Amino acid sequence: MTEAAKPAITVTNVIKQFGRFAALRGVNAEFEIGKFYAILGDNGAGKTTLLRAFAGLAHPTQGTISILGQDPQAACREIGYMAHPSLLYDEMSGMENLRYFARLYGIAGTGQPNGDRCEQVVRSVGLDPELARPVGQYSQGMRQRMSLARAILHDPKILLLDEPFSNVDVHSAGEMVGLLRGMRDSGKTIFVVTHQAALLRGVADEFVWMQAGQIISRTADLSADFPSAGAR
Amino acid sequence: MKRLFPILSVVTALLLGYALYQALVVAPTDAQQGDVYRIIYYHVPSAWTAFLLFFINFIASVQYLAEARPSSKQAAKWIAVAVGIMGAVVAYVVPLPAGIRPSAIATTVLAIPVFYFFLGKYFPGEKLDVLAVTTAEVGVVFCTIVLITGPIWARPVWGIWWAPGDIRLTSTLVLWLIYVSYLILRRFSDSTQTQKLAAALAVFGALDVPLVYFSIWFFRTQHPQPVIGGGGSMDPRMLHVLMISWTAFLFFAFLVCWSRYRLETLRREVEQAQAHESVTGAGASGGAR
Amino acid sequence: MNSLWSITLATLAKDIRLEWRSKDALNSMLFFSLLVVVIFSFSFDPLAEESRHIAGGLIWVAFLFAAVVALNQTWARELRNQVLDAYRVSPAPANALFLAKALGNFIFVSVLEALMTPLFIVFYNLRALGPAWQLIPIAILGTWALVVNGTFFAAMSIRTRSREIMLPLLLFPISIPAVIAMVAGTTSILTGEESAHFYIVLLLTYDVVFTTACLALFETILHAE
Repeated sequence: MTEAAKPAITVTNVIKQFGRFAALRGVNAEFEIGKFYAILGDNGAGKTTLLRAFAGLAHPTQGTISILGQDPQAACREIGYMAHPSLLYDEMSGMENLRYFARLYGIAGTGQPNGDRCEQVVRSVGLDPELARPVGQYSQGMRQRMSLARAILHDPKILLLDEPFSNVDVHSAGEMVGLLRGMRDSGKTIFVVTHQAALLRGVADEFVWMQAGQIISRTADLSADFPSAGAR
Repeated sequence: MKRLFPILSVVTALLLGYALYQALVVAPTDAQQGDVYRIIYYHVPSAWTAFLLFFINFIASVQYLAEARPSSKQAAKWIAVAVGIMGAVVAYVVPLPAGIRPSAIATTVLAIPVFYFFLGKYFPGEKLDVLAVTTAEVGVVFCTIVLITGPIWARPVWGIWWAPGDIRLTSTLVLWLIYVSYLILRRFSDSTQTQKLAAALAVFGALDVPLVYFSIWFFRTQHPQPVIGGGGSMDPRMLHVLMISWTAFLFFAFLVCWSRYRLETLRREVEQAQAHESVTGAGASGGAR
Repeated sequence: MNSLWSITLATLAKDIRLEWRSKDALNSMLFFSLLVVVIFSFSFDPLAEESRHIAGGLIWVAFLFAAVVALNQTWARELRNQVLDAYRVSPAPANALFLAKALGNFIFVSVLEALMTPLFIVFYNLRALGPAWQLIPIAILGTWALVVNGTFFAAMSIRTRSREIMLPLLLFPISIPAVIAMVAGTTSILTGEESAHFYIVLLLTYDVVFTTACLALFETILHAE
């Protein structure tokens, strides 16, 4: 096994129980570094739970998850997480939000404290750093972009994005996909949970289908809409 | 194991009956209080039983939290031993408030490492949490008995239902409040890690109790208050009956705890089985959702 | 240690800035405190002699209720948009968040107390017969006692149903020794009948014990999803 084959994320027999309901029912998988994974499936299939488990926000009831060889919480510097809620303070402007989160990650910038990195990231998602409007007044597309900016602020090796394109206009969504493709090309590992699989056609390296808390198939392209169980 | 339960039930019933007989018939009448004092044979053993159960709950909670990581698990063992030894020494060296004997404190503190290792051996992992729930619930029941029998005893003898400055009764009330809030937390919690939240609360409660004791103790030295239950020594015959009563209560408490423990264990097994069923059931049949 | 304090201060500064901007919570809390004092003054209308004996208890009960209303708001902003997840996912130490929130609550509740105290003095014609300066350590230590546990239990209540009622439900029993010390201490200073020395020491002990407990267990609570 060469160095490059070291997995980004290894999931071993993970079961996640919420009382009587098992959201994840014995997931086993290995994900490689530098690939773009699209995670698809019906509502309630366990996609969000899986992503939260990767991020260290949900503790598996059984089984283990290894991120670059470590516990999710130990590997937190290498993980960038974006969810459907914006994870931003509505009452602060975009830059104020980022400057605060930069403090949490201990990011320093030249000149103004962490100003440079924050500005750079905001520009890279296509927003204006000068914008003083509080995030609560952003449009959905702008909010998703700012949320993405927060997720990539500390330049993580692994990105976990939960429904980043929901309620976003086609143009913004397309730009985000381009941005993500660029990040994958520069070596990051990306996981996107989405209902809009078509957006990632030709961009994602692998499509991972989940159903009833398990991964039922992994395909390299988006040929079928509903792969039947066992079509691996 | 299963046959032991009915046998133990019979033994307990006999013991309780015997204790009742001793308390009401055999024990001598009190010179000052008359026959009313006989409630002491239910009031005091209930208190001791409740304290014992809450003590077990505290040790189980600390151990449960410590077992989360291997480093804290080791550290906690050493701390338990250190606390036991140091506490026993301190009890004899440091001057204590009047009415508290060094041997009482020393015994309690030495019990900490003893219980710690005992529980760790026989109740590993999640079993600690089941034990915590059990002892909390049964403890609250006994504590309720204390709080009900206390005023019933106080009224005819001392003329008042309650004295806010009475250390024992008020400390018991606070303990009751803490553990009722513990049970409510367990019921209202949405978290998948309720056990940890509850264990943390139990630790807070345990830290609180000595502080309650001291705060009331000082308050009453400034403001003389009636002492419900009286101080001083006891007629050896009465002490004898008290011990019989306590033994009966301990058997009873053990029986109830055992039942509750089994019930909780079964409940968790059922929950696991239901979740597991969906792992093998729905998953295998693919689209059948 | 360095990053713990720098993140604590950054978080505290952010909270103060946000609180100042939206002044809604601040204004309504101030008005609520005023209302509490007025209601109490109608409920208990004693002569100057008696008032000294019960004022200690009344004041602290009023502070307690105002504190609970303030404490229930502790995590409100972090729960909207699930910002708490962003904090949990970051490498920032959990205790920095706890200290920032506790300090923020301390400042906020102290402001409320500073407003309510003169009103109490006015409505009850209060005058301390004992050493009045001792009221300051009692106020500081007592407020911290309520706030440190309150912030901790507020975080616990996040994971429960009936969040607003869980906080006082968990807080009140644990706070009893502190409340006894605060009330008895304040009363002893107002009446001048005894020294508040022991109560101050008790409050200090309480604060040390529970601040340590909170710092030791907060991370567990924060990550208990």
